[in-house]
Amino acid sequence: MQNLKARLLLIAAMIIASVWALFPRSVIERVKNPDGVLVDTTVSRVPLKLGLDLRGGMYLALEIDQSKQQVTDVSDALDRALTVVRTRIDEFGVAEPIVQKVGDNRITVELPGIDDRERATAVVERSAYLQFQITDRTQALERVSPRLDQIAKERGLDRMTPAATADTSRALTSLFQESDSTGADTVATSPDGPFRRMIGPGGMPGQYMVAMADVRILERILADSAIQAALPPGKVVRWGVDSIVLGQQYYRPLYVLESRDIITGEYLVDAKPSQDPLEGAKVDFQLNNEGGRRFRSETGKNINNNMAIVLDDRVMSAPVIQGAIGTRGQITMGGRDIQQAQDLALVLRAGALPVPLIVVEARQIGASLGDDAIREGLTSGIVAIGLIIIIMVGYYRFSGFLAVCGLGFYILITLAILAAFDATLTLPGIAGFVLSIGMAVDANFLVFERIREELDAGKSVRLAIDEGFDHAWSAIIDTHVTTALTATILYQFGTGPVRGFAVALLAGIFASLASAIFVVRSLYYVWLSRQKTPPTTLSI
Amino acid sequence: MFRILQNTSWDFVRQWKLALITVLLFVIPAIILVPITGFNYSIEFTGGTELRLQFAQAPNIAEVRQVVSDAGLGEAEITTFGSPEEIRIRAQERSQIERQAAGAGTVADELEAALRTKYGAEGFTRLSGEAVGPRVGSELRRNAVLATIIAFGLTLIYLAWRFEWRFGVAAVLGTLHDSLATLAFIKYADIEVSLFVVAGILTVIGYSMNDTVVVFDRIRENLRSNRKQSLRDIINRSINETMPRTVMTGTTTIASLFALIAFGGEVMRPFALILTFGIIVGTFSSIFVAAPLLLWIEKKYPHATDAQPHTRPAAPARG
Repeated sequence: MQNLKARLLLIAAMIIASVWALFPRSVIERVKNPDGVLVDTTVSRVPLKLGLDLRGGMYLALEIDQSKQQVTDVSDALDRALTVVRTRIDEFGVAEPIVQKVGDNRITVELPGIDDRERATAVVERSAYLQFQITDRTQALERVSPRLDQIAKERGLDRMTPAATADTSRALTSLFQESDSTGADTVATSPDGPFRRMIGPGGMPGQYMVAMADVRILERILADSAIQAALPPGKVVRWGVDSIVLGQQYYRPLYVLESRDIITGEYLVDAKPSQDPLEGAKVDFQLNNEGGRRFRSETGKNINNNMAIVLDDRVMSAPVIQGAIGTRGQITMGGRDIQQAQDLALVLRAGALPVPLIVVEARQIGASLGDDAIREGLTSGIVAIGLIIIIMVGYYRFSGFLAVCGLGFYILITLAILAAFDATLTLPGIAGFVLSIGMAVDANFLVFERIREELDAGKSVRLAIDEGFDHAWSAIIDTHVTTALTATILYQFGTGPVRGFAVALLAGIFASLASAIFVVRSLYYVWLSRQKTPPTTLSI
Repeated sequence: MFRILQNTSWDFVRQWKLALITVLLFVIPAIILVPITGFNYSIEFTGGTELRLQFAQAPNIAEVRQVVSDAGLGEAEITTFGSPEEIRIRAQERSQIERQAAGAGTVADELEAALRTKYGAEGFTRLSGEAVGPRVGSELRRNAVLATIIAFGLTLIYLAWRFEWRFGVAAVLGTLHDSLATLAFIKYADIEVSLFVVAGILTVIGYSMNDTVVVFDRIRENLRSNRKQSLRDIINRSINETMPRTVMTGTTTIASLFALIAFGGEVMRPFALILTFGIIVGTFSSIFVAAPLLLWIEKKYPHATDAQPHTRPAAPARG
């Protein structure tokens, strides 16, 4: 009895854990609103990730284009390219972009929801451009903000996507509080306009903070030609690459920089991370002679100013210039770890030694196709389950009913494993799942047929059940292991969709073991414990 | 209780000659055909371009072909896909694939541009597009073959460890037969060999191995408990005893596959068809191929197993 209690507790624990793993939770998603603008919204959904073939999107595989220039150190070149591609992917405003190094010569990019292949290709194939620019110290943006807001109002830009801005709470005090005569008024009716409303002060001269929810809107406003014309002369506005957490809010830094470059990537020879016992992690970089001359005079003029390191128009970092620097310089990471020094060194090298990339594979799946696939997968799954229930209950009666309960457990556990391991559900994955439902009952058949044989041999019901499970065990474990071996190999060699199939199959194998062996046996015990006298017949 | 195939005692092993002839008749034409005409590989393996377009009104295929041909892509294969409005264009010729070396999407762009001029911006939407450069394809082909070989190797090692090498070899040869038969089926049914289909073939391998393992597990058990019977009788008895399970598992798996074929849509259908065939053939082979093979191997390389009780001197039981 003690044993049965422990079994039931364990099953209950597994069910609770699975339900918890599958419970809808709020995630921030970037979705297209009716105007075609991408906005961040918080949605509550089941944490199962859908592959590109189910939600639509774009897949690109890139390789280093050796036809234009020979690359000696492919591995380093690929790392540099990876840095560049990661930086640029931001231009798409995709919620969950995936950029990965595959093998030792390929980069794959997945962009859910993007269907413009030509643009995607152009963006990733462009070669990297590195600039060093001084951040603005003259509060140029503050001075032109009222004028910019005026233009924004005239052109109707301030009413852009009010739905997205209305719910944005602002933890930052507005930079322009003094001129804010209406005080804490509602955003929609605020007379200030987008610039004074959305832009808050940053941590250094020329740096500003914009709440993540406003970033896309401000980006669109900044792209307007009239706004462009009214921006401070001799300055450029650039977004930072990282997001920063302040309080509960996420912010994206916005920089105003001197448009003149101190130097560009072509003068840079090398950059390496290093660890200094006194100063901590730092990046050592080296310039060629001409670059060194220019850099010395420029840095000499800008001591104590911030120098923004800009890769492909994104500010990667903005260290303070502490003295004139010649051909050899270093950037201390201010107590941050060696990992960040490595990343920055990679950024510098990426700008110094651009890597030409070429698209070797491109797939684009329309969203409507994905919807069809989900519907078809669901229908076939439900039909398959229905057919199996009919077969099981029709043939094994009460025992079949217990197996169907086990099957319910099996489906729950499989989905929970997929969610817990953050696996991606693909169309082949659904096929694998539907197929594995048919195979999962195999273990039940092995056990039930065994129990029947034991009953035929004249054993009592209790003994027949126990021996049925015990004797079927060796066949069950061997069949599961051989299938798991094939699934593992599929996972190893497969890409994208096939990997999804292998993952679904593997999750199914574990769930099938747990349900057929453990859950169904426990259900038998529950049934046995409820009999007043030891049963003489078993419905099987 | 309702039971099927209970207490049967058919002599399965005796039918090995008939089984051999059936297998050869099925597989040999494919072995001759494949080297001559090859498989119908998807662009994932060969490189190439595939577009699926949804037209507002069902277009005239000949007209589409004309447009594509005028764009200098005359060799492209154009078919409807599922409905008359949906068109699939596949450009897989060597000259076209070579043009993709400069960027995988080049041919797709040209195709789409040519069709846009003819049918206008609203005339069709691109449902999906796939463009694979020449290098990716050959790499994938190599990987697929490698994966299959590794799958066989690992399973052989596992079975040799769990059973005995004779069982392992018989199971792997039986499964090898299944993969050959499945490949022959793919050839006869002219199914396009895509990555998804390779996944299907590997699943067939896994399933067929399963089936063989269940029968062999019973043989192993009966060998331990019954040392007087000949191996041939034990094999026959084991197949008969596992018969109900074999039929039931086959039935439910095929029921799942039926659901996939009927409701799973155009993309899943070839996969489900291959698996249906593979499961039938896998069940057939564990009974008529793997089991007779085990007997044959045992006759060729006797001793060393419990399988030959009559050749073993009656030794006192050891602890």
